[in-house]
Amino acid sequence: MTCLETFQAYALRSVGIGERLLPKSDITLCEHFVLIGSGMIWNVYFAVLALITGFFLATALAVAKGSPNPWTRKPAEWFIFVFRGSPLFIQFFFAYFFFLGLKGQYPAFDAFTAAWLGALIVLFLNTSAYSGEIFYGALRAIPKGDVEAADAYGMSGWPRFRRIVWPTMLRLAWPAYTNEAIFLFHATTLVFFSAFPAWQQRGDALYYANYFADKTYNPFIPYPILALYFILVTLVIVGLFGLINRRLNRHLPAARRPRLRIRPQLIR
Amino acid sequence: MFTYCVDHDTLGQLAWLSCYLTTGVHMSFYLAFLKVLALLAVTAPVALGFGFLGAMAARSHFPPLAWFGKGYIAIVRGVPDIAFFLFFVIALDQAFEWTRHKILCPDWPAEVRQGNDFLVCPQAKLPLGTSPEWVHETYGFFLAVVTFAIVFGAFAANVLYGGMRAVPHAQLETAEAYGMTQRQTFWRVLVPQMWVYALPGLSNLWMVLIKATPLLFLLGIDDIVYWARSLGGTKTAQFTDYPHGDWRMWYFLFLLVFYLAFTRVSEVALERLMRRLTHGQATTGGEAMRRAAA
Repeated sequence: MTCLETFQAYALRSVGIGERLLPKSDITLCEHFVLIGSGMIWNVYFAVLALITGFFLATALAVAKGSPNPWTRKPAEWFIFVFRGSPLFIQFFFAYFFFLGLKGQYPAFDAFTAAWLGALIVLFLNTSAYSGEIFYGALRAIPKGDVEAADAYGMSGWPRFRRIVWPTMLRLAWPAYTNEAIFLFHATTLVFFSAFPAWQQRGDALYYANYFADKTYNPFIPYPILALYFILVTLVIVGLFGLINRRLNRHLPAARRPRLRIRPQLIR
Repeated sequence: MFTYCVDHDTLGQLAWLSCYLTTGVHMSFYLAFLKVLALLAVTAPVALGFGFLGAMAARSHFPPLAWFGKGYIAIVRGVPDIAFFLFFVIALDQAFEWTRHKILCPDWPAEVRQGNDFLVCPQAKLPLGTSPEWVHETYGFFLAVVTFAIVFGAFAANVLYGGMRAVPHAQLETAEAYGMTQRQTFWRVLVPQMWVYALPGLSNLWMVLIKATPLLFLLGIDDIVYWARSLGGTKTAQFTDYPHGDWRMWYFLFLLVFYLAFTRVSEVALERLMRRLTHGQATTGGEAMRRAAA
């Protein structure tokens, strides 16, 4: 098989389009690149959807945690504590078996035991908790003068939040939020190594890299390829978030603009 | 375990549970928690050592060493750590076996890597095929510790490197003015002062390390995740004296609570340590404590 044919056969293998059987013997470098790249579709899918949906819940959580009313503050605090204080790996396991139990009673929960929905929900809740904490920290760091100025202009309630508090919160939180995005992207590799099954061997990049390492007993080819893909996508994330960061800070004099410093933590 | 457990069909609910939770396999489950703690106890200092070496290398004036140190710090940041875990466990095992193969059987005719196989001579196998079960388990655990130490060492190196750079430059200049050599400056001035700057990062790293311990499961260790999965699965009366349905959800809920409690306790302990270290320091934290006391 030429490399082009391999590409046609396996480029969309991770979503079930193309050749059914995975290569078993005489695995070429091209097959490594194509299949692991195909698995990246899942990593990007999980990361993008969880980040976009998580952003809204995170904002709500941050506001709730900053609220003086204990009926909204306490649940937000507990939510953030539970998801930040326990390993994501265990959360995946728990959620999977929880959905499995639900499925036993109500067949409507069938889709929840599949990775595309079940794992996405866990990632969504998890990133909401981490970003919620980041946004909460930023909310408390908003300069007092900004809010006082809004009051002086007669703004309050929703307009003040939308036009003053929220943009400033985003601006302050953005560097940390960039790290969270990278961190979440890396965490998507855990999905198929926890309980969620890779149906018909449709897995993510690490799933295929691990498959190759098991088949060839040679970890020195698949994992560096995986690393290369991840470094590339990480650079894309840094670039995109850098653009947004520039836009958020465009009103500031150049010397006072915060620069993005990338230091992701690892496992959650 | 209890004497009344012999007649397990007639037990009341509480008694049944007490018998069920003290079976031999459950003891292995509890032992696995000790394994997690042992991993943390061994890995934390080793990773700190790796981190210290990495940070020293990154600060070195000898360019190749500095590149190595900076590369070590940088590479682990761009790539998911679990990829490193999966990679190092096989790679280290093969590296050890290959080295032993070269030393122990120098005139072995065949290639080590043949197509999809990695074949070393029988004497070079690690652990030897003839060794007892516990050696295999210990070797697996040892590989896991080294893997954890390499990955977390890179993160510790990052934190310590930051801590070293945060020490006020005037301190180092003063040391030079006193005629200390570079080595003396490093050990007598820089190292004692860097900890307070590095502690927030290190305590964060400790929390991350705790939350990384379930990944032992991926390294092929019979850890708490392994036991929770196998103990929680449905058991019929055919195979066990204590048949039950699918309880895996409850087992993992228990693990979740265990980790929550563990991280909470660490958080409180680290906060105390930080308070003690900042006491009397010329930082904003120390100043705030002084003001609060006054």
